[in-house]
Amino acid sequence: MTRCAVLNRRIALGGFSGRRYCQWLLLILLVASPLKAQPTLTFEQFYSKVSVLGLEFSDRVKQLSGQQIEITGFMAPPIKAESQFFVLTKMPMAICPFCSSDADWPEDILVVYLTKRQTFIQNNSMIKVTGILEYGTWRDENTGFVSLLRLRDAQFSEL
Amino acid sequence: MKASWLVPVTFALVPVVIPATAFAVNIYPIDRATMLTGGKFDFKVEFDKQVDPAQVSIKINGKSYQQVWSQKSDFIKDEDGLNASSVVIKNVDIATPGDYKVEVSAGDENGTVSWSVYQTPKKRQAKNVILFIGDGLSVAHRTAARVMSKGITEGKANGRLAIDDLTNMAFIGTSSTDSIAADSANTMSAYMTGHKSGVNALGVYVSRAKDSLNHPKQETLGELIKRTTNMSVGVVSDAELEDATPAAVLSHTRRRADKAEIVSMFYDIKPDVLLGGGSAYFLPETTLGSKRKDNQNYIERFQKAGYLLVTNANELKKQGSSADKLLGLFHTGNMDDVLDRRFLKNDVTKKFPDQPDLTEMTQTALDVLSKNQDGFFLMVESALIDKASHPLDWERAVYNTIMLDQSVAIAKKFAETHPDTLIIVTGDHTHGISIIGTIDDDKPGNDMREKVGVYETAGYPNYQDKNGDGYPDRVDVSKRLAVFFNNFPDHYEIFRPKLDARFVPAIQNEKGEYIANAIYKDIPGAVLRSGNLPRKSDTGVHSVDDMIVQASGPGAERFHGYMDNTELFRVIVDALSLGHGKQE
Ligand SMILES: [Zn+2]
Repeated sequence: MTRCAVLNRRIALGGFSGRRYCQWLLLILLVASPLKAQPTLTFEQFYSKVSVLGLEFSDRVKQLSGQQIEITGFMAPPIKAESQFFVLTKMPMAICPFCSSDADWPEDILVVYLTKRQTFIQNNSMIKVTGILEYGTWRDENTGFVSLLRLRDAQFSEL
Repeated sequence: MKASWLVPVTFALVPVVIPATAFAVNIYPIDRATMLTGGKFDFKVEFDKQVDPAQVSIKINGKSYQQVWSQKSDFIKDEDGLNASSVVIKNVDIATPGDYKVEVSAGDENGTVSWSVYQTPKKRQAKNVILFIGDGLSVAHRTAARVMSKGITEGKANGRLAIDDLTNMAFIGTSSTDSIAADSANTMSAYMTGHKSGVNALGVYVSRAKDSLNHPKQETLGELIKRTTNMSVGVVSDAELEDATPAAVLSHTRRRADKAEIVSMFYDIKPDVLLGGGSAYFLPETTLGSKRKDNQNYIERFQKAGYLLVTNANELKKQGSSADKLLGLFHTGNMDDVLDRRFLKNDVTKKFPDQPDLTEMTQTALDVLSKNQDGFFLMVESALIDKASHPLDWERAVYNTIMLDQSVAIAKKFAETHPDTLIIVTGDHTHGISIIGTIDDDKPGNDMREKVGVYETAGYPNYQDKNGDGYPDRVDVSKRLAVFFNNFPDHYEIFRPKLDARFVPAIQNEKGEYIANAIYKDIPGAVLRSGNLPRKSDTGVHSVDDMIVQASGPGAERFHGYMDNTELFRVIVDALSLGHGKQE
């Protein structure tokens, strides 16, 4: 399990400021508003074609792009304890892909960028995430993490 | 930093007497290395501090290294900012068999290693070598495969596996230069180079270089065959082709995660047959689903180099055998377990519904490679024995073992008409897996623990193979084998096969610790098992137990007693007589 050394180091680096936390909390309270019914997306709907020679985004993903959508899944640990994004998977995953490279994730994941940073909490249960859908290959500036599908300005809640 | 690499290496090499000088200089190849005459390697000396190049003395059996090797040496005054000097001489070899003493000094720093260089027999014993690797293959996998595939009554097996009748057998030690434990990278690397290495490394010694691609290289069997013979080379795996075991046939990196670079090494050496998963690393980054970080399109490059490309089982079957050079990619990542592919009609294989079986890949590889009158080396890996054993999913691991055995049966059939073929079957490292009896749903009560039968209360499981395909018709029979792993993270034991997908015993919490995956918590009879591994361990780990190697055919008699994993390389190069340079 030497693979995990990098991750552990990264987590150890992540500090946490209580004052900033209070600021975020305030912001989340200000931003939070009653949720309207919105289109849902499932993990099965991401791609219209999955082949050895490449993938194609589904029409549904293209149609919902730029819109606020809702999806349920499991939260995988982020790179840092106070990361602004996490990976949403269909089922809980044990792999520790950040240890070697982000490339060890499967294709059917969604990267979730939260409205405001919040501390990662492993609830070991399904969550509901809402946010604005975005598709296309994109590399995170801070971590180098490459994602194909993202939710921006997202919030999550327990089911 | 220095202490962490110096101490383990030193203890691994010199367990009894530690000369005071051993701490001053590291020499690669390491002490007690055994090497093939003409086998290529990178020579490296690492001094403990910066030294004056004029003071450096390197003597091989008393002769200055410049007299032994014509290659240019590279003096690195301050390696990677470590304030220490190194000498590197790349791509050298030793042509004359015998014992070699290498003495190095610079000022007050000095060190010595001994190498043994061997010559192979003049007469080539085997035309072809087929090496099967069951990744993680342990004794319990074999026993369970026999029980579930052939049945057992009144104490006697009702049939024999293909591997059961291979003529020769030995125990193999799998430990690493830096650890008593090992992974699939350095174990397969030992088979493929004849040199030991550290965990995570392929075809290199683990030196202090910071760049994972800049460690002292050990020539691989794939390279040696391509450089010195006209034989063909085939690599078949149901993992990603860039995964450790297939990669070890011809690549060099200190970090097995260098998968994009490994694909380019495959391209440089061009094995004649490449069949497996891992297409994402062949695609340019502009293609959605690519895992490369450059715009190299290796699918196109291989096609331009004369390879026929097939991407599913149907194409493999229809066109594969007609190819002279064959690239088969059947999944973007690792291929799926045979239990999901062929028996459970679950969602796992929906993405790639037409993946070939390892048996089909083995047969096609033999069809293509056997066209070469000069013979071939074929490596076939049943990779998912290990990938299912890590998450404690023994049923999937055993089905993958049956598939390995059926692939060996195909090779044995080939050897009937090609008796000059050496077949070797082994794993790379073991898992802590064991069979202890049965689990009988029909025992009274709901407490699953009380349904575990041991000693005379175990009786026999009720698996059936009515259609005679060699696999039990159902994996979820009412009376099953009771199989447990001896090391694990926190998890829920459910005493049943997982029919939807591979088991995920533990997931990471916010502290980076692995906790029991709650999706199994409410399954009737689930029992929480507190882990016995460090909390950072996501799944079960490899065991240090000996590996069993079995073999048949010319050269197989060399397998007996206890052997180090580096000796498997020697059996192959001896059988193929590879120590005599290019045979034109
Ligand atoms: Zn493993």
